[in-house]
Amino acid sequence: MADFVSGFWNVYVMGLVALSLLFCLFVLMSNNKRETGPVELHGHVWDENLAEYNNPLPRWWLYLFWLTLVFAVVYLILYPGFGNAKGLLGWASVGQYETEIRKAEERYAPIFAKYQGMDVAAVAADPEARGMGQRLFVTYCAQCHGSDARGAKGFPNLTDKAWHWGGDPETIKATVTNGRIGVMPPLGPTLGAGGVKDVANYVRSLSGLAHDSLRAQRGAELFQQNCAACHGAEAKGMPAMGAPDLSDDAWLYGSSEATIMETVTKGRMNRMPGFGEFLGEAKVHLLTAYVYGLSNKPAQ
Amino acid sequence: MAKSKSNHDFIERSVGWLIVLTLLTVSVGGLVEIVPLFFQKSTTMPIDRQGNQLNVKPYDPVRLVGRDIYVREGCYNCHSQMIRPFRAETERYGHYSVAGEFIYDRPFQWGSKRTGPDLQRVGGRYSDEWHRVHLNNPRDVVPESNMPAFPWLERPVKADDIEQKMQVLRTLGHPYSDEEIAGARAALEGKTEMEALIAYLQGLGTALSNFK
Repeated sequence: MADFVSGFWNVYVMGLVALSLLFCLFVLMSNNKRETGPVELHGHVWDENLAEYNNPLPRWWLYLFWLTLVFAVVYLILYPGFGNAKGLLGWASVGQYETEIRKAEERYAPIFAKYQGMDVAAVAADPEARGMGQRLFVTYCAQCHGSDARGAKGFPNLTDKAWHWGGDPETIKATVTNGRIGVMPPLGPTLGAGGVKDVANYVRSLSGLAHDSLRAQRGAELFQQNCAACHGAEAKGMPAMGAPDLSDDAWLYGSSEATIMETVTKGRMNRMPGFGEFLGEAKVHLLTAYVYGLSNKPAQ
Repeated sequence: MAKSKSNHDFIERSVGWLIVLTLLTVSVGGLVEIVPLFFQKSTTMPIDRQGNQLNVKPYDPVRLVGRDIYVREGCYNCHSQMIRPFRAETERYGHYSVAGEFIYDRPFQWGSKRTGPDLQRVGGRYSDEWHRVHLNNPRDVVPESNMPAFPWLERPVKADDIEQKMQVLRTLGHPYSDEEIAGARAALEGKTEMEALIAYLQGLGTALSNFK
């Protein structure tokens, strides 16, 4: 679709196209000769006695050239190309694209609709839906969560039972649709280097990791003052804020003393983009079921 | 027949005419297919095919520097920025590319090779932190990745020629104001190349809504 700034360009394109077609025609016509009598020489002579015959163009080659001219004219009548003309077929690349989308829509809409009518747990138990969910997952989610959904440092593992925001179907769906922003403020300045180490030792003690019990004892007190507001008095986490359970063995960034100290000192800022607008409800539903099914294996 | 031979002869024997006529012949394609594009609204203005306004703005100083890093590191060797109008592409990457989105790209980074995925609509698809980790070492987040690591990007950006770059782009028609150019160096203060590149990537393709 041409949207030229002035009508001149329409005429310009048509003129040049017509002119070059006519020129080709003229060149073809003027070379359309048959062999009559003895073949003459071009008149060039190289290397003392090398000369060149001025033979007529081969017939088959000429016919092919004629054919390209006919093709050009037919093409310009049927397809867009001659200035602003849209062509008799009304073809447009965007039209072709929309047809492709419509056909896919017709084919896949009933399948999506079938699963959208089922609840997440039921979809998660359906092998075909799980297959679809997995393919969607590896296309849109694997870059962060890994193709096996086990995550990476800073990107949650989706196959365990540990959830930052909650692992029920509605919450997973809300997470996929709108994304999440998790913020832990830096506590380095408040706690001081020693305090941070104390808290880190306390946090390690919660999940039964090696720790300095004296530091852990001091850390417990600091934890109640500084961390319990988000992580809870028992450090079981608070899904409404995305604050993780610190007493289990799931770690987003790592469980070493140094890593925990880094987390406490500098804080963490993590963000998952929302996919609702991009993927649409039907695919989000399938993805939710797939993710739900990773940690809630259907009864076989 | 004799006349046609003499025409032929004449052109072959006159170097000047041979050059002029050859140039004329080979320029027809460009004159018909390229030149009119400079006079088409959808290829020169921030609008989509229907003439709706697109939210395309010239790159701010940080993104402009990020873009130059993208070019310098040769990202275009493996990543295209051109989503073709096929369902297989739009399902994965988002809305197909339209010409008006690239009017402030000099030169555009369409590319033609996809060892890695297309990046035209990568903006907002991942978090800044993901990009940082991924550029430092792609294997940290995508174990299967064969993309090289770019750990040296954690260094300050080179800011001393930013005003000149923006002046040149203004000459070419990018509507930068005097204040924007005057404040460019301050905007780059303390930024690393990593931050500039991520800012550029996060802005890619956001002019058109993600899908449909």
